[in-house]
Amino acid sequence: MIETEGLTRRFGDLTAVDQLTLKVDDGEVFGFLGPNGAGKTTTVRMLCCLISKTSGSAKIADYEVGNDNDSPKIRKIIGLVPDNVGLYEGMSAYDNLDFYGKLYDRSESQRKESNEYFLRLLGLWEKRDASAGTLSKGMKQKLAVARALIHEPEVLFLDEPTANLDPEAAKTVRDFILELKKQKKTIFLNTHNLDEAQRICDRIAILNTKLMAIGTAVELERTVKGRQTVIQFARISDAVARALDRLSLSKLSFEGTRASFEVVDPEKENPPVVRAIVEAGGEVQTVTVQGSTLEEAYLKLVRKEA
Amino acid sequence: MNLRHSWIIATKDLKAIRRRKTILYTLVITPLALSLLFSYIVQYAVSSAAPGTNVLSFAFLLDAFQFWFAIIAAILPSPIASYSIVGEKVEKSLEPLLATPVTDGEILLGKSLAAFIPTILASYAGAAIYMASVDRTMYTVLGYLYYPNSEMIVILLLLTPITCLLSIELNVIISSKVADVRSASQLGGVIFAPFMGLYIAGEIDVITLDTITLLVLSAIMAALTVGLFFVSTRTFQREEILTKWK
Repeated sequence: MIETEGLTRRFGDLTAVDQLTLKVDDGEVFGFLGPNGAGKTTTVRMLCCLISKTSGSAKIADYEVGNDNDSPKIRKIIGLVPDNVGLYEGMSAYDNLDFYGKLYDRSESQRKESNEYFLRLLGLWEKRDASAGTLSKGMKQKLAVARALIHEPEVLFLDEPTANLDPEAAKTVRDFILELKKQKKTIFLNTHNLDEAQRICDRIAILNTKLMAIGTAVELERTVKGRQTVIQFARISDAVARALDRLSLSKLSFEGTRASFEVVDPEKENPPVVRAIVEAGGEVQTVTVQGSTLEEAYLKLVRKEA
Repeated sequence: MNLRHSWIIATKDLKAIRRRKTILYTLVITPLALSLLFSYIVQYAVSSAAPGTNVLSFAFLLDAFQFWFAIIAAILPSPIASYSIVGEKVEKSLEPLLATPVTDGEILLGKSLAAFIPTILASYAGAAIYMASVDRTMYTVLGYLYYPNSEMIVILLLLTPITCLLSIELNVIISSKVADVRSASQLGGVIFAPFMGLYIAGEIDVITLDTITLLVLSAIMAALTVGLFFVSTRTFQREEILTKWK
C-alpha cells in the first residue's frame, strides 16, 4: 500500500529525512517511532503530497508521490490527522465533518449518513451541534479522526494522535484505532509513545532522520539483547551450581539465590535446565523469562545515532 | 479548477465572518456611516448656499465623496482576508484542508471570494444609499438626477472591484508573513494609503478625478492586480504555507 525507496527531504543544509526505504502492507498498522525532529511529520507530509521530496521515490496504492497527476488521486484515498487537530473551532462538530465531506465531493445523503455514523461511533452525536472549540481535547482528537475518515480513505495517517491527551482520552482514541485495525484499514501511526506503538502496531519503524530499525515489537526488542531466563531458588547448593555449569549455558551468572542465563528459544531451552536442577536436588521457586523492552531497543538505536 | 470547491470554502468563510461581530460591524457601519455623512454634508451645503449660487459648484464636493467608495473597497477586505487566511493559520486548520484533493488555486479563489463578495455588497449598498440621498437633494435644485453619472459608473463597475481584488491580493501576501490576525489586519489597512494620496491630489487639483482619469487609474490598477496575482499565488502554495509561514 505504501512504498518508499531512498525517500529524502532536505531543508537547506538540514536533512530532515534521509534515504528512507520501507514498505507498509495493505491492512497493516504501521508505527513510526522517533524522537522530536526525527523526520516523522516530514515523512507524513511528503506521503500526503503536502510537501515535495528532495530525492527518492514513494508510492501509495501505485500512485507516485510527487507526480502532479497522481497527487490529487493520492489525496482522495488518504486521510490525515495532523499533530494539531486543526478543527474549525467556531463551527459545530457536525459542520466540521460536513465541510470536509463536501470537499471530497460526497453527496448530501452520503454525508448525512457518514456524519451520523462517525459521530455516534465516537460518542460525539450528543455534541454534534456544539462548537468544536467547546469540546474537550479528547473529543477534538476523535472529531479529527472522524474528519479524516469521512471519505472512507484507504490509508489513514495519524500524526501523534494521543499526544497531549489525558489517559482516558488517549485510551478512547487508541481503542478507536484498534477498532479500525479490526476493519483492516491501513494505518500509518506517527508516535513517540512506545507503549502505544507496541499495543497497536503490527510493525514498527524507528526513525532518527535515517531508518534505524524496522520489524515487529518483539523483533525490535531482540535486536538489542537476547532474552534471559532467571531462576529463583530457595537456596543454591554446589550440586545445583555444578549441574548448571555442565549445561554450558550462555552468560550464566549467580546472584544470591538467583541464577540467570541467556536464551534464544526459552520454551525449548528451559525444560532441560529445570530438569537438571531438580535431578541435582535443587528446589526451583520461580522461572521467569526476561527480555529487553521496546523502550531499551528504541533508546539504544536512537542514542547510537546521536 | 473545480469552482464548486472554491465556493464550498467561500461559503464556509462567509459563515465564519457572520459570526465575527467586529468584521460584520465594520462591513455594515463603514459604508453606511460614510454615505450618511456625505449625504448630510451635501444636504447642508445645498440648504445653506446663498441664493443665486450655481448649484454645479457643489460638483467638486460630490466628485470627492464618490471616490470614497473606491477607498472603502481597499479598506474593507483587509479584516476579512486577514481573518480568513491568518485565522486558518492560527487555528492550524490549513494542514488538513491542504491534505484534501482541493488545489491551492481553489483555496485561494475561495478565500478571495469570501472577502470580495461582502466588500462589494457593502460598497454598493453604501453607494446606493449615498446616490439616492444626493439625488433626492440635488433633484430639487438641478431638476434632474445627478447620479448615476459616468464617473460613478467607472468607480462602481471598474475601480471598486479592481481595488477590492488588489487589496485581497496584498492581504494574502501580508497574511503569509505575519503570525496573528491583528497584525495582518493592521498592515492590510495601510493599503488604503495610496488611495488617500490620490484623493488628496484630487482635492488640491494636482489631478482631476474625471471619467478619463478614473479609467486610466482603473487600467493601472488592473495591471497591478494581474502582477500581484502571480505574487500572491506563488505565496499561497502548500509547501510555502507548511514550511515557511510563521
